[in-house]
Amino acid sequence: MNPTPALGLSEPATARPEGPAAPPAGRAPATTGRERLLSLVQRQGVLAVLLAVVLVSSFVYPTFGTLDNARGVTVQASFLAIVALGMTLVIITGGIDLSVGSVFALGGVLAAWASQWGIVPALLLPLVVCGAIGTVNGLLVAKAGMAPFIVTLASLLAARGLLLAITHEGATTYLVPRHSAFAELGQGTVWGFGHPLIVALALFGLGGVLLQRTSFGQTLFAVGGSSDAATLMGLPVARAKVTVYLLSGLLAGLAGAINAARLSSGVTIVGVGMELDAISAVVIGGTLLVGGAGTVSGTLWGVLLLAVIQNLINQIGSLNSSYQSVVSGGFLILVVVAQRYLVRGRRTT
Amino acid sequence: MTQATAVPARGLTRLPSSAWFQEYGVYAALAVLLVFNALFTERFLTVDNLRTQLVQVAPVVIVALGMALVIGTEGVDLSVGSTMALASALLPLYLGYGLVPALLIALLTGAVVGLINGALVSVVGLQPIVATLALFVGGRGLALVFADGQLKQIVNPDLLALGTDSVLGVPLVVVIAGLLALAVAFLVQRTTFGRQVVAVGGNRAAAALAGLPVKRLLTGVYVLCGVLAALAGVLATARLTASDPSSLGNLMELSAITAVVVGGTPLTGGSVRVLGTVAGALLMQLLRATLVKHDLPDSTAQIAQAAIILAAVYVARERRSR
Repeated sequence: MNPTPALGLSEPATARPEGPAAPPAGRAPATTGRERLLSLVQRQGVLAVLLAVVLVSSFVYPTFGTLDNARGVTVQASFLAIVALGMTLVIITGGIDLSVGSVFALGGVLAAWASQWGIVPALLLPLVVCGAIGTVNGLLVAKAGMAPFIVTLASLLAARGLLLAITHEGATTYLVPRHSAFAELGQGTVWGFGHPLIVALALFGLGGVLLQRTSFGQTLFAVGGSSDAATLMGLPVARAKVTVYLLSGLLAGLAGAINAARLSSGVTIVGVGMELDAISAVVIGGTLLVGGAGTVSGTLWGVLLLAVIQNLINQIGSLNSSYQSVVSGGFLILVVVAQRYLVRGRRTT
Repeated sequence: MTQATAVPARGLTRLPSSAWFQEYGVYAALAVLLVFNALFTERFLTVDNLRTQLVQVAPVVIVALGMALVIGTEGVDLSVGSTMALASALLPLYLGYGLVPALLIALLTGAVVGLINGALVSVVGLQPIVATLALFVGGRGLALVFADGQLKQIVNPDLLALGTDSVLGVPLVVVIAGLLALAVAFLVQRTTFGRQVVAVGGNRAAAALAGLPVKRLLTGVYVLCGVLAALAGVLATARLTASDPSSLGNLMELSAITAVVVGGTPLTGGSVRVLGTVAGALLMQLLRATLVKHDLPDSTAQIAQAAIILAAVYVARERRSR
């Protein structure tokens, strides 16, 4: 039935070819050198590409390699990074969250509105509302068994509707009070690097630990590898699914709030198409869209690669910004096709 | 005999089953909305208004027809909006040679987009979401590159006629959408290709074992979807009287998927409901128009749309689990 069988590392044993030479099931360590190499390329290939692009462009474009530019690029990228972190967790369970762009915008407007009462409401309100949207997504996916694609498509529409309603159809812009603690959260810097970057890096650290070092993380891989097998193993599948959508909603709302702090206002038109940028970054970062395998570090490199491409196209100057999406789309095709063949190569060895 | 009496008796005591809702729900909802409008909306049943509604929904219907075929194979095509923009961006470049060459180039571009998507899905074996995501991201950029990032007024009278002409009082775009719906319905129900496509969507492994040319069928479906999207792009350009690659077809993938899903085609493939898709597109269009006419803001329309999508999929889920 399933056109693309689960290709995850934690594939159930029955899906493997049986035979005397069959490798042990589950997350077996790579044994042959070739397999180890393929695994390394799949996991860290994007980091190599990123480093190569950064190195070459630093030589070619003198303005690219400067610290100032690095500060600019990383702050820009940190919002997408936070959103893509949540998306990574959702995709590892074999799901998808299309609502993040709308939730990002909604979080920003809610934060800007609540910022008149201080930083705590400004952060709490978006987290509560966006977390609730994520929870509803998760419940509909996990308990009602509806397709993640459609559930989150509906909440994409609903969140944007809600956003329009609280901004009086986009006519009202809520401003963040100047020099408030909340504004500082978006605009302040540490050694010239913006606060949003610090937040993003901290969250990625937490996300990495959560995914790699906790039983919750192992559950996510198991659910993504095979939801049925995970259920049979007695893992809390439904709870894991609800949690990833909740986290995705929270992270998108938080990113939106920090973005509002940075821009000093809740801008209603942000976040359109962000879900697809986030998915692109996750996929480029080596996380399999079928679920069951992935890393948060890969996502971070994927986000940075997209940001560097955008920055380079601005540096080149003679290319207009339309080339950015062409190059991003091209990268996406290259990566997923390469990934596909690498995974196929691993399975046949 | 006992069966014949048992069924209506159950029907009297219970609400219609979810199978009934999936089969006829979209038509029932459409009928309710039509009756409501006829009674409570001023100047709803005027020729002008009906014509406007139909003209607005025509491009969505055309794109959704292709999307229904793709979803019937358990796929999805996110690149349709970008394909519309690409077709639209190419038109002004070739209109100098006349309408027919420009049209052919635009449709051919749709076919190429579909070919790429189809090859990535069937030959490389990518998930349809990922395969079509690349062109969703890159396609619009490419369109902007072709158009030099600019909106271009269309002055070619032949192309503009596509957007303004009428046949027996029915706008040409509506006639084209209607004819295409008939053609796709015929394709699905009466041709070998259509039946094989549905079979591939139902169970790809079985279809392959039965000797069906699965890769060719899948590619063909994405090519058809691309061509239909390109045609919708051409017609939308003619209606706009301008080629606007930056906004033409924005969010069209969502509208088309919505129309297909609300129309009762399951996302799990194996069935294509052409008439349901047309009704689904009409329902969403009318819903929005109704809310706007009754001074309810756009935000309400979006939330209502979300609710209808969820209801449609919830019903489909019940059906599947039986």
